[in-house]
Amino acid sequence: MLDKIKKSQDILASTCEALGRQINIMEVCGTHTVSIFRSGIRSTLPEGLRLLSGPGCPVCVTDQSYIDIVLQLADRDDCIIATYGDMIRVPGKNGSLETKQTKANTKVVLSSEDALQLAKDNPGKNVVFVAVGFETTAPATAVVVKEAAVESIDNFTILSGHKLVVPAMKALLSGKNHNIDAFLCPGHVSAIIGSGAFVPIVEDFKRPCVVAGFEPLQIIEALAEICRQLSAGIAELKSLYGAVVTGQGNIVAQNIIDECFEPADGYWRGLGKIEKSTLKLKESFSRFDAFKRFNIAEIPGEETSGCRCGEVLCGLIEPPDCSLFGKNCTPLKPIGPCMVSSEGACAAWFKYGGQERN
Amino acid sequence: MCLAIPARIIELEGDRAVVDAMGNRFRAKTTLLPKAKLGDLVLVHAGFAISMVDEEEAKKTWQLISEINEFMDTPNRISG
Ligand code: SF4
Repeated sequence: MLDKIKKSQDILASTCEALGRQINIMEVCGTHTVSIFRSGIRSTLPEGLRLLSGPGCPVCVTDQSYIDIVLQLADRDDCIIATYGDMIRVPGKNGSLETKQTKANTKVVLSSEDALQLAKDNPGKNVVFVAVGFETTAPATAVVVKEAAVESIDNFTILSGHKLVVPAMKALLSGKNHNIDAFLCPGHVSAIIGSGAFVPIVEDFKRPCVVAGFEPLQIIEALAEICRQLSAGIAELKSLYGAVVTGQGNIVAQNIIDECFEPADGYWRGLGKIEKSTLKLKESFSRFDAFKRFNIAEIPGEETSGCRCGEVLCGLIEPPDCSLFGKNCTPLKPIGPCMVSSEGACAAWFKYGGQERN
Repeated sequence: MCLAIPARIIELEGDRAVVDAMGNRFRAKTTLLPKAKLGDLVLVHAGFAISMVDEEEAKKTWQLISEINEFMDTPNRISG
């Protein structure tokens, strides 16, 4: 194993030296972010190689307006908000789900199934499922929407904030950040969408894409593979996570997403509006759409003043570049979502990486 | 963060499974992985099995998870 690490590190070092410029590799997965920080990989990298945390943490990329809509719904006496745990601490205009006086209306669930069960158990209330996440959680939402339709659970709705990873990568390369040289592609999202989904990034944008799991050694090997491609001047798609990811992905999950959802233009924190990047319920399931049930329009939200999460998510700055980092903004008193979520880049820097700034 | 967790299916009725990961048992659905059978190792994410996983990979991930000590306190996270 040490051999492999050494070999990979040699490739990284020689590539950086040969290219003679800064290399920027972006990971688009919160779990990679945490694994990279925890394992100390960053401190072993050559100086010219920089790892950027991209829009890979579902909580972080959720637009501020969505957060405020959730908080508004939480104020309604007739609603129960069912949410994954990470969302409850994200601050909106007036507090968060956790600090709200109405927090009795908020229930943390472990799965979409639990949210649907809440609706069955509380027929007198409208249960709204805060449906966030990428392609990993979208099929789980779709399954329960279908169940709700079959069983006519009419007090159940979802507020879809589901997002698609590849459109965000394209949006970054087409505008927000041209300096990304390659992507370390997410393992679990790829289990659903298949490594083949990254072909457009490789072909149209000529950026190496390497899918990896979360083991530090595999991450280092993926970085070495990226560097090998960069020094050869080529861009290819590779997956090192064959134990879990196939080229096609999970077709059953893809089909169920297609059955319930259609891609729609939508807002991301930091990246703004991206074409066909979010999942909206299809007309045939619109009675489960919380936006429709409660007549809510999604408008772009203003970011909390001073918080630079948007730039962090685009890889334009590193968390310590934010003047609030570690001072006004800490995991105990987070100002932006990148500090709330343990997968967020700011939280990871705060916890593991503050001293590693290069 | 929820590392999707590798777990073994120890009970299965229709698409409702009980799975075991490092001695922790919990419910999961196999709706998205209809080919999963009793005894299979699957990767569970937010309550759903999303892919098959082999023994070696499962062991590596369990090892990694047990190192992340915060993990057990916060099983309710979602990830990218
Ligand atoms: S340190 Fe806090 S305020 Fe600054 S970008 Fe990160 S989350 Fe936002």
